[in-house]
Amino acid sequence: MSRADVDLAKSGPPPPSLVARLRDNDLVASFLSSKTTAAAGLIALILIVAGLAAPLIAPTDPFNPAANFLMDSLTPPRFVAGGDPRFLLGTDDQGRDLWSAILYGLRISLMIGAFSVLLGGAIGVALGLIAGYAGGWIDSVVMRIADVQLTFPAILIALLLDGVAHALLQKSNREETAFLVLVVAIGLSFWVQYARTVRGSTLVEKNRDYVQAARLIGLSPARIVVRHILPNVMGPVLVIATINLAIAIITEATLSFLGVGLPATEPSLGTLIRIGQNYLFSGEWWIVAFPSLGLATLVLSVNLLGDWLRDALNPRLK
Amino acid sequence: MSWSLKVRTFAVAAICAATAILAVALAPGAEAKTLRFAFQGELKSVDPYQINESFSLSVNGAVYEGLVRRGPDMKIQPCLATSWDVLDPLHWRFHLRKGVKFHEGQDFTADDVIFSARRVLSAGSDLKGRIPADARIVKVDDYTVDFLLKSPNPLLINEWESWGMFSKSWSEAHGAAEATAMNATTPPYAGLHANGTGPFILVSHEPGVKTVWRKNPNWWDTPKHNIDDVVFTPIPNAATRVAALLSGEIDWMDPVPLNDQARVNANPGAEVLAGPEIRTIFLGMDQFRDELGHSSVKGKNPFKDVRVRKAFYQAVDEDAINKKVMRGQATPSALLIAPALFSRSKDFKRFPFDPEASKKLLAEAGYPDGFEVQMDCPNDRYVNDEQICQAVVGMLARVGVKVDLNAEPKSKFFASISAAGGYDSSFYLLGWTPTTLESYNVFQYIVGCRNEKTNWGGNNVGDYCNPSVDALARKALQEPNETGRDDDFAQGWQIALFDDVGYIPLHQQALAWGVSKTTHVIQRPDNYYIFAWVTMD
Repeated sequence: MSRADVDLAKSGPPPPSLVARLRDNDLVASFLSSKTTAAAGLIALILIVAGLAAPLIAPTDPFNPAANFLMDSLTPPRFVAGGDPRFLLGTDDQGRDLWSAILYGLRISLMIGAFSVLLGGAIGVALGLIAGYAGGWIDSVVMRIADVQLTFPAILIALLLDGVAHALLQKSNREETAFLVLVVAIGLSFWVQYARTVRGSTLVEKNRDYVQAARLIGLSPARIVVRHILPNVMGPVLVIATINLAIAIITEATLSFLGVGLPATEPSLGTLIRIGQNYLFSGEWWIVAFPSLGLATLVLSVNLLGDWLRDALNPRLK
Repeated sequence: MSWSLKVRTFAVAAICAATAILAVALAPGAEAKTLRFAFQGELKSVDPYQINESFSLSVNGAVYEGLVRRGPDMKIQPCLATSWDVLDPLHWRFHLRKGVKFHEGQDFTADDVIFSARRVLSAGSDLKGRIPADARIVKVDDYTVDFLLKSPNPLLINEWESWGMFSKSWSEAHGAAEATAMNATTPPYAGLHANGTGPFILVSHEPGVKTVWRKNPNWWDTPKHNIDDVVFTPIPNAATRVAALLSGEIDWMDPVPLNDQARVNANPGAEVLAGPEIRTIFLGMDQFRDELGHSSVKGKNPFKDVRVRKAFYQAVDEDAINKKVMRGQATPSALLIAPALFSRSKDFKRFPFDPEASKKLLAEAGYPDGFEVQMDCPNDRYVNDEQICQAVVGMLARVGVKVDLNAEPKSKFFASISAAGGYDSSFYLLGWTPTTLESYNVFQYIVGCRNEKTNWGGNNVGDYCNPSVDALARKALQEPNETGRDDDFAQGWQIALFDDVGYIPLHQQALAWGVSKTTHVIQRPDNYYIFAWVTMD
């Protein structure tokens, strides 16, 4: 390092503080400028924290059958006549505290959503990069498979995968594998969007100068794809991932609602709604109402965040 | 006639014909009466031999009739046999009804009875217990059949209502000469098509979707019903089923969930038809494997120890299940038979609910920290079956036993726990209705040691086995009077359920049908759905 360089660094303006940098960031600015988005972000954050911290804040453990007493079942919420101060939102048909069950259910829904998005994203991005960069018959095969899968609704594919997995797996550990099966089933049913988007971006990027340069200096295709193209196609992937998180949560809830998701002994929000639905018309409204409210809030806030992210990252909308 | 004129003439004729058909169809009073029936589970097969389950037997009974049948009072009546003589205790002679035709036109004769006996004893049949395996069936003439037994059996015909007669020529022509096991993956011909002698003809059967029958105009008996078609749809979701009844989409359904009965009765268009049911719900345990198929205990089977079985029994709070899950509408039971069917019932009391005693028993048996076991449970068969199982899971958790609940639709549940599925269960919930209305039937199917030669213990999933209990049940059969019989049965129950704790009886559930006010049905305590007794306004 020469002397002149050091001088230059000294004489320049001081580096902006973190707060200032965040304020100047386009993304953050657009986030804070929209009240809806900010509110959605806040709610999503609260729900995520509540879900992750469920074991700490929930008064009881709804997954521990020894901690729930049948004689407490169908107790109305605390603020309704006949309520019990121990149960803020009442209990379900097995005497589980609904408030705790919702917190734990939120946790499961979020975890399944996140893991399945990661799985679907990883598969989709990898296949999209390979198809886009390699071209030729590899491209054709991958994209035709994607086209075929697109003709089926994702929920149908998830149902199919779920059914096949249950048929293959030992019945002994069905309760333990339910979580994994759901993640795989949902993940595999959503990879197509990632693959198509990433392939499109890769087709554009692979003819750019920097890629040509990397090729000229003799880098391996794998290195070019991973180190040079991948960072440049991730923007849209982030948008799809956020929107897919909401869809994955809904898909999990749907599968559980249909009775093929998580078992009633380890309820997710969908399972709770399925249980509660039997009591919907018979007066015990709280079993279905509160979990539904929780699910709707979660999905709506994540969806709003996804919409905002899509707009914010779209240069044409600026 | 020119071409266009021909077309025009044809069009006019077609319109006239169509109008005429429409006029007939819309004429008042002439509309077809359709009975729309819904149940929580599906009808997997229209071959009644595939599964010994009262829902399938009763619904398929609309097509297939037995030699005898039971009336609304459960009394045995002649059906395809007009009369029978017990020539001696080992020799029964049946006189068949003449002039009866199967739906596809075949005449019903002695050959069909002999064929049906062979078919009901074939490998895939779940109704093998209907006929003693060593009985010989001999054709005397076209309308007379002899049953020659090896040992006396005064209850021979008690279960024959649900042994429907198949046509020999029809079955053989369609490769259906043998019953197909219920866990078969592709439905057999007889599972999708039916040809009986009964009051209704099968029109179409889509398993899990819809089954349609129409009136048999050539039925040998005078119909008591006035319906033309029956449409059955499974509606697994209880709330949807209630909504369908209240909105008039269906005329008859079972069961009405306990939490919705008041609402159904408050509705002007429908009502709950409640009654005592003779079905007993109980828990069974695998007592024959040396190592449980689905448990954390390896190398041995904890259920072989009577202390573990009693610990499970005393950990279950049946009063709480009755009060909360069954909303007080069940009858807790100490036996596997309803009090109405057994004169000595009141001599038996359930073991008291006592988690402390249960923990002590588990510790004595070598499981102070409990163990893990999987429980199989249907979720669309009995009243609140899955909720009962969930409650049992919680109660056992409090004595340290971790139960993994595997709740499935009954089609999957029965396929895996039945003989065809290799009795694949470690711990399960089941219900049983003794169709013969006495204890012997329960000993024969549920309590008796499994024996393929005598067809005993066919539904004894856990194979609880004590030969002295079997001997008592067989001895009871020889007793001429009911008091003597019930004394033997009482001894048998004492050993099986109290000394051995072979099963954990829970309760008799209450029947609750939902019926529209314009539909009139007859309810039998064995929960049979008999379309031939339905009238509609």
